[in-house]
Amino acid sequence: MSDPTLFQYVLGLADDQLVLGHRLSQWTGRAPILEEELALGNIALDLIGQARGLYQYAGALEGAGRDEDALAYHRDARGYLNLTLVEQPNGDFAQTIARQLFYTAMALPFWQAMTASTDQRLAAVAAKAEKETAYHLRHATEWTARLGDGTDESHRRMQAAINQLWAFTGELFEMIAAEAGLAAAGIAPDRKTLRAAWDRTIDATLSDASLTRPDDSWMAEGGRDGLHGEDLGHMLAEMQSLQRMHPGLQW
Amino acid sequence: MSDRARLPLWEVFIRPRNGLAHRHVGSVHASDAEMALMAARDVYTRRGEGRSIWVAPASAIAASDPDEKAEMFDPADDKTYRQPTDYHVPEEVGDM
Amino acid sequence: MYAQGLINASGDPNAAETPEQLARFQARIDAEEKIEARDWMPAAYRKTLIRQISQHAHSEIIGMQPEGNWVTRAPSLRRKASLLAKVQDEGGHGLYLYAAAETLGISREEMQDQLLSGAAKYSSIFNYPTLTWADIGAIGWLVDGAAIMNQIPLCRCSYGPYARAMVRVCKEESFHQRQGYEIMTTLAQGAPEQKAMAQDALNRWWTPSVMMFGPPDTDSVHSDQSMTWKIKRFTNDALRQRFVDATVPQADYLGLTIPDPECKWNDVTQHYDIGPLDWDDFWKVVKGGGPMNRQRIAARQKADDDGAWVREAALAYAAKRSTQQEAAE
Ligand SMILES: [Fe+2]
Ligand SMILES: [Fe+2]
Ligand SMILES: [Fe+2]
Repeated sequence: MSDPTLFQYVLGLADDQLVLGHRLSQWTGRAPILEEELALGNIALDLIGQARGLYQYAGALEGAGRDEDALAYHRDARGYLNLTLVEQPNGDFAQTIARQLFYTAMALPFWQAMTASTDQRLAAVAAKAEKETAYHLRHATEWTARLGDGTDESHRRMQAAINQLWAFTGELFEMIAAEAGLAAAGIAPDRKTLRAAWDRTIDATLSDASLTRPDDSWMAEGGRDGLHGEDLGHMLAEMQSLQRMHPGLQW
Repeated sequence: MSDRARLPLWEVFIRPRNGLAHRHVGSVHASDAEMALMAARDVYTRRGEGRSIWVAPASAIAASDPDEKAEMFDPADDKTYRQPTDYHVPEEVGDM
Repeated sequence: MYAQGLINASGDPNAAETPEQLARFQARIDAEEKIEARDWMPAAYRKTLIRQISQHAHSEIIGMQPEGNWVTRAPSLRRKASLLAKVQDEGGHGLYLYAAAETLGISREEMQDQLLSGAAKYSSIFNYPTLTWADIGAIGWLVDGAAIMNQIPLCRCSYGPYARAMVRVCKEESFHQRQGYEIMTTLAQGAPEQKAMAQDALNRWWTPSVMMFGPPDTDSVHSDQSMTWKIKRFTNDALRQRFVDATVPQADYLGLTIPDPECKWNDVTQHYDIGPLDWDDFWKVVKGGGPMNRQRIAARQKADDDGAWVREAALAYAAKRSTQQEAAE
């Protein structure tokens, strides 16, 4: 393996995008408005596209001949390195929007910083992802405002979603051991520096939406070590079923 | 019969990449202008069709009456002196 | 422009249609003029269009379900992206078509109510389940293939908003059939179990696809008038023949067998013959007796119910903000 540290790091990023993109694709045919059917599809497709670019790079870094599908379809939940936020089930539309808000409020400054990476491939992925994510964030903040400041019911649901997913936001800024070295080398953004921008976005969005920022209490961790909740295993079992049933075939 | 919440209808106009003017491309339903713009983007620019979007509430558009088509448009049909082909330029002069 | 509630430009929808009006209308149609939303039109023309366009829209929307059933199980990331983009396109088609129907004075919500109550039909093909991944290939190849045959002539339909919506739809459709055929090709050239999967899918989807063109011309109720009005340009049987002629060689290329022993080239007609179709079964499925009718409507109803609070919230927010803005001005 040519570069195990960078491989692990890129794989984790790829898993973030794929798992979130897959979750959004589960909305197909179920969106609250026909127009939103297309919006969620667009975001899912952006994320799946980002994931593919990252898996291809990860495969090249590993140098073991694994392509994007080998990486996506032939690892179980223990091998997935995504943040636990993105694997949370869709829930109602408010939960999906809260997950989008929390994730993209981090992802936008993350990709912005990554455009300056000394790693050309990562900088190239970031240049595209930055623009896509800016739109995802707009989508999330606009919906948060409408649900937070819409009806009593929507306010209640949106606040509940914020409260429920809050515990998964601490992990957004955690650095895995390898990541510190990559940050020092100018390859990866330092996640701690993203926190201020995230706080600003979240505070402004929540206050605009008449929503309350929850207090920090217990925070989930472990996603980057393959320690997940119970839902991810089911998601992957479904996603990987054909590849698992018929190993080694082309589709 | 329908007791559903009705999202208003918006008309969507897109300016294509090639610098032509905004053109009517279709409609979306949305609760307000911002949502209509996002919906228009998500519905009508998925294949790189656009560089700029206008949305307008369908109810705000005044349209000419089809029964007045004759008085509105026929008078322009015979003003051929507004067309370049109405004028003769000697061939030796070339394109003009 | 597409003012809601509009019946016709001259007002009263029940005003008697004079022979002169009808003759003038038919003359416009015959001259290949497009009829536009606010133009005078016979009530029956309007009614026919509302029925046809809304049923077409419902078909696109319900059609998202059988393919959506495999979005989360697509066997590669490339297939996943293209299937998702395709299903998303179908949602867009439903959207364009609902908007085209709305120009005739019916709201999207009314049409959706008609769908959910069973008053409006949709293409019967979507009442069959997608059992294997090969069904996704077969649907793209056969169902989208049949849809394209049907839809290309609709781009020249006499009603302007419908024709324009169909131009956009047809442009987007162009990758749907190709992605389906590519899936079939990969399976047909793959492992024996993949080839078997492809043949099984063709076996199940062939007859419903051939039936997508509707009943034979001899008992098609709406056909003649629709042809005169140039809503329709070709008869059901003519389009069906065109589809069969195009598809049989494609199946041959794949090395798959059309599940109809009577399907053979006819040297006299220079077309492929097919065996008789069971139209009683077709009508049974249209009328609710198909394997998936209940689930399709229930799923749509659930999405609609689950989304109600979101639509209400968006409207409430818009109302609040516009009041605030007025107060600030
Ligand atoms: Fe379609
Ligand atoms: Fe299609
Ligand atoms: Fe279609």
